[in-house]
Amino acid sequence: MAEDSVVEDSVVEDSVAELDDSTMDLGRKVLLQLVDISKVYELGSVRFQALTSVSFNIYDGEYVAITGPSGSGKSTLMHLIGCLDVPTSGRLLIDGKDVSRLDELELAQIRNERIGFVFQQFNLLAPLTALQNVELPLMYGSYNKRERGERSLALLERVGLTDHVRHRPNELSGGQQQRVAIARALVVGPSLILADEPTGNLDSKNAFDVLDLFDELHEAGRTIVVITHDSEVASRASRIIRIRDGQLEPTQ
Amino acid sequence: MSWGNLLATAIAAVQWNRMRSVLTMLGIVIGIAAIMVTVGLGEGAQAKVKSTISALGSNLLTVSPGSSSSLQGVRGGLGSGSTLTLSDASALSNSQVAPAIESTAPIVSGHETLTFGATNWTTTVYGTTPSWLSIRSRTLEEGRFLTSSDMSSSNNVIVLGAVTAQELFGSKTALGQSVDVGGLPMTVIGVLAPVGTGTSATSNQDDLAVVPITTAKYSLLGTSSTDSVQSILIKSTSAATLSAAYQEANKELLMLHGITDPANADFTIATEQSLVSAATSVSSTLTALLGGIAAVSLLVGGVGVMNIMLVSVTERTKEIGLRKALGATPSVIRRQFLAEASILGAFGGAIGGALGLLGQLFLPSVIKFPIEIPGSVTALSILAAISISLIFGVYPAARAARLSPIDALRSE
Repeated sequence: MAEDSVVEDSVVEDSVAELDDSTMDLGRKVLLQLVDISKVYELGSVRFQALTSVSFNIYDGEYVAITGPSGSGKSTLMHLIGCLDVPTSGRLLIDGKDVSRLDELELAQIRNERIGFVFQQFNLLAPLTALQNVELPLMYGSYNKRERGERSLALLERVGLTDHVRHRPNELSGGQQQRVAIARALVVGPSLILADEPTGNLDSKNAFDVLDLFDELHEAGRTIVVITHDSEVASRASRIIRIRDGQLEPTQ
Repeated sequence: MSWGNLLATAIAAVQWNRMRSVLTMLGIVIGIAAIMVTVGLGEGAQAKVKSTISALGSNLLTVSPGSSSSLQGVRGGLGSGSTLTLSDASALSNSQVAPAIESTAPIVSGHETLTFGATNWTTTVYGTTPSWLSIRSRTLEEGRFLTSSDMSSSNNVIVLGAVTAQELFGSKTALGQSVDVGGLPMTVIGVLAPVGTGTSATSNQDDLAVVPITTAKYSLLGTSSTDSVQSILIKSTSAATLSAAYQEANKELLMLHGITDPANADFTIATEQSLVSAATSVSSTLTALLGGIAAVSLLVGGVGVMNIMLVSVTERTKEIGLRKALGATPSVIRRQFLAEASILGAFGGAIGGALGLLGQLFLPSVIKFPIEIPGSVTALSILAAISISLIFGVYPAARAARLSPIDALRSE
């Protein structure tokens, strides 16, 4: 596995180098480029068009909210941006690398290296301590034990949980759990933080804390994409992309 | 993901679901313990048979007429064709001729009905010499055994086996009583100490009667006055000289019978070893049978592992989805579940092995039967537990690896 990832790294770097010029736009680097993306689900004879011809760019360092009512296709969009699924047609480029035709193995590697997920349900593993949960993405990459520990501890400190590194999720509050999840999302140094309703399971105090943390990360230069139906959450972003019935709404 | 991390992850998962892990292991534990105890019982039976046969008479050789190695010759009818004679027996006991031979006992035998008052009992009557007692490693419960004067004057005296005495006399004293043996009144001079129940390999050693061979040949068993005997028991001076005794007896008998080519020998010399091997082959068949049945229970344990792991995969869809979202490849997921299966197998095997060894320690005193578990069986059992769990873990692991991260994350 270690050898594989070395080979893959060099491929990724090559393609980044090739596409560097085309990904520059008005002096800002395009991190995520969606070109004419469509997604069709077929369940037996039922055909469902979840996304129709969606195109937009997300620039490096941007804080974007993708919002829309339920059933609008924002979850599908999140799966595609998160490389959990591939589009039926269209191109999706992350850091200039087209990920829309990758196989399962390559997608797993992109997810591991480039994307930091934050979920509504936190999705921490119950048997593991906060530290072990944060280390998890590093386990699937090629990091040694010392690197894993150092990086994870640093990020737990960053989210203010230094006192809780040995605690298991059931010993932490919802807000603390979500901060562990954010530390986990940051630990590999991803290109993109992808948060799916990150405050959906939190009370307003903890929700504010998490959103404040996102603001800090944004100020520190991180690229953040938040998928939410909550306009209050969306309003914290610097740009809002609205989606309805699988299509982008024109920006005001 | 390194194997070390994989193993640590698997151990954490097994520990987290402690109750379920224990229940999953239970099938394996029982299977392994069952295999070990049954094989141990089989091995114990073999050892017991061996020691029982050895107890029949140490350093023992049996010479029977005919070139076949069949042991039936010992108990066969009084054939007139027997080539063994009393003088053969006395020649072999000559320490000049055969220094490795301590003593010999010629034997004739037949079935006779013994009558005492209104009671009668049919048993095997052996005609032999005083040396029979030590050759057969027997002792007397009461009275005395045959003496040389009994031999020389063909006294009508008889020594009974413990069972025979019990059948004929019940609680009454047998010593000094007169029993009618095939029409001939004989005085009971001794009763043999019991050796316990005979093994399947030999006739009941406690149901017999012994008379002087001279009395047997001339008065009792109605054989002709020829010198022939049915078999000759030979006792070597020690276990170490058994093969020397064999060589000497073989050489001497060939010479006495005037046979130059050993291939034409008209007698066969059998060691107790041949008895042992016949008996052990029976009990090893039994061991294989019992072990086979126990192996089926291990297989059922394996199916249990598969069953619970499938449930586990379903329950942990969300975990699997998360791991995949964080970058776990299908092969990493598959290996994680295989590692969990083999850990269950290893722990189950170890616990089952420990139970088996405990059984070896404590069961024999309860069931009054020896259990001997060879070390190789313990090692193989634990290996088998791991491989069975691995094999039955393949399908659940493949299911887990195939899960789509989206479906997995969505599940509640």
